[in-house]
Amino acid sequence: MLDWLLEPLGYQFMRNALAVGLLVGVLCPIVGSYLIVQRMALLGDVIAHAVLPGLAIANFLRFNILLGSFVSGIFSTVLIAWIRTQTRVKVDAAMALTFSSFFSLGVLLLRVLGSRLDLMAILFGDILSVSRADVGRSLWVTLLLLLLVKLFYKELLFYTFDPAAAEAAGLPVHTIYYGMMAAITMTIIVGMQTVGVVLVIALLVGPATTAYLLVKQLHRMMLLGALLGVISSLGGMYISYYLDVPSGPAIALTSFAFFMLALLFSPRQGILTRRRPLRKP
Amino acid sequence: MLKVHNLSVNYRGTEALNSVSLAIHAGELVGLIGPNGAGKSTLLKALLGLVAMHAGQVLFEERPLVHQRQRVAYVPQRSQIDWDYPVTAWNVVMMARTVRTGWLRSPNPRSRQAVEAAMQRLGVWDLRDRQIGELSGGQQQRVFLARAIAQDADLFFFDEPFNAIDKTTEAVILDLLAELKAHDKTVLVCSHEWGQALNRYDRLLLLNQRLVADGDPQQVMTLDNIQRAYGENLQPSERPAEMPFFC
Repeated sequence: MLDWLLEPLGYQFMRNALAVGLLVGVLCPIVGSYLIVQRMALLGDVIAHAVLPGLAIANFLRFNILLGSFVSGIFSTVLIAWIRTQTRVKVDAAMALTFSSFFSLGVLLLRVLGSRLDLMAILFGDILSVSRADVGRSLWVTLLLLLLVKLFYKELLFYTFDPAAAEAAGLPVHTIYYGMMAAITMTIIVGMQTVGVVLVIALLVGPATTAYLLVKQLHRMMLLGALLGVISSLGGMYISYYLDVPSGPAIALTSFAFFMLALLFSPRQGILTRRRPLRKP
Repeated sequence: MLKVHNLSVNYRGTEALNSVSLAIHAGELVGLIGPNGAGKSTLLKALLGLVAMHAGQVLFEERPLVHQRQRVAYVPQRSQIDWDYPVTAWNVVMMARTVRTGWLRSPNPRSRQAVEAAMQRLGVWDLRDRQIGELSGGQQQRVFLARAIAQDADLFFFDEPFNAIDKTTEAVILDLLAELKAHDKTVLVCSHEWGQALNRYDRLLLLNQRLVADGDPQQVMTLDNIQRAYGENLQPSERPAEMPFFC
């Protein structure tokens, strides 16, 4: 068993991948918790796909592709907010439109601009591509975002629970909203390398949703989510290594397995374990 | 005193409020009534700056209200809240102290005392560690009122506080409204109530995009006013002609 665990650590690329996996496993569920409690889980998916045009353009211009992705991702959230506030169009339709158009633009640009980026690696993650520099960058982003969540916890709690009252009380809700969007976009960019844009949503939403079934307070949801995120992320990578399957799907399915366990056996809300209403005779 | 001059709100091209002017004094308990879609909630939100005003001015003690938001406590409609949110009753009430506590700080002992006092006052102290979804509708409403009290505000806006609650909660809310009034607070309650219940207010504002009537309940609830606000089809039934809408 120990050999089984230690063997992948003999390779530099696996050490890098596991390090990023650990960081992403902690970060994604903590930031993702804010998406879930605001019923905006799909927004993570939208941003993840919307980074593609920026990535393609930055790559073409030999510009920092992470910065390009970030700008493009943020722009998509601005567009969604704009469509939603200026028209009768509801947020789900605005998200679907933005999602599909940005993603299409990205795929188109990658082709037209003759990019040598591997689309499959972007879409599904490629643990072989994780470098030491990536590990360092992921570490800084993770530390920064965790610090911000800790510092602004009470404001974020108020805003995500009751935005109208938070605004009425004088909190700068627009700044908070875009700050949150920036944090989510940064998280996605960090997560993209290991799980890919299509599946980063699995880590953002999966472990935190599982925790949502088990605990009653947001900070506990984040802590338990982070624990489950780390287990899913590392577990998925070992599966990926030994079964020679892409890391993204392995991580996403491991995370989903935990969700199913919680769904069936959660003490309060588990389908098999919760108290049933008494049947009338 | 809360003064509103010619407040107009356009919502996505349609007129939601047209030139509403009103004044509410300290120690006054005012009910805001009108048919569905009359703009009652929109008026509360416009006063707070949550929806953009097309024209008009909202002053509290001669200064724009949006610049002194800490002095207003707002309790939104129950339907606006996700009751499955993972948060305890204590933390909901503590939200009242967020802005006062300030950025990067933790609540001080005074805030904790204010939260405890407010929860005791509304009879929800024993429920403080429960997740809000585990409470009954009336208990949830009382937690939100505790949040309003814990803010130490001078102006209170309540949106439909009497909606879908139990008798105990109704009594607690009425008691609280009387207390706020006694402490010279300014209270505006948006309500769906009808009949005798409206007598609890010092004054009623009857709204349907415009302010149809403004005065004490007896003056406002006349057949003529009601028909102007709710439409001509509404007829009083078996009630004395001079008091058509009181039971």
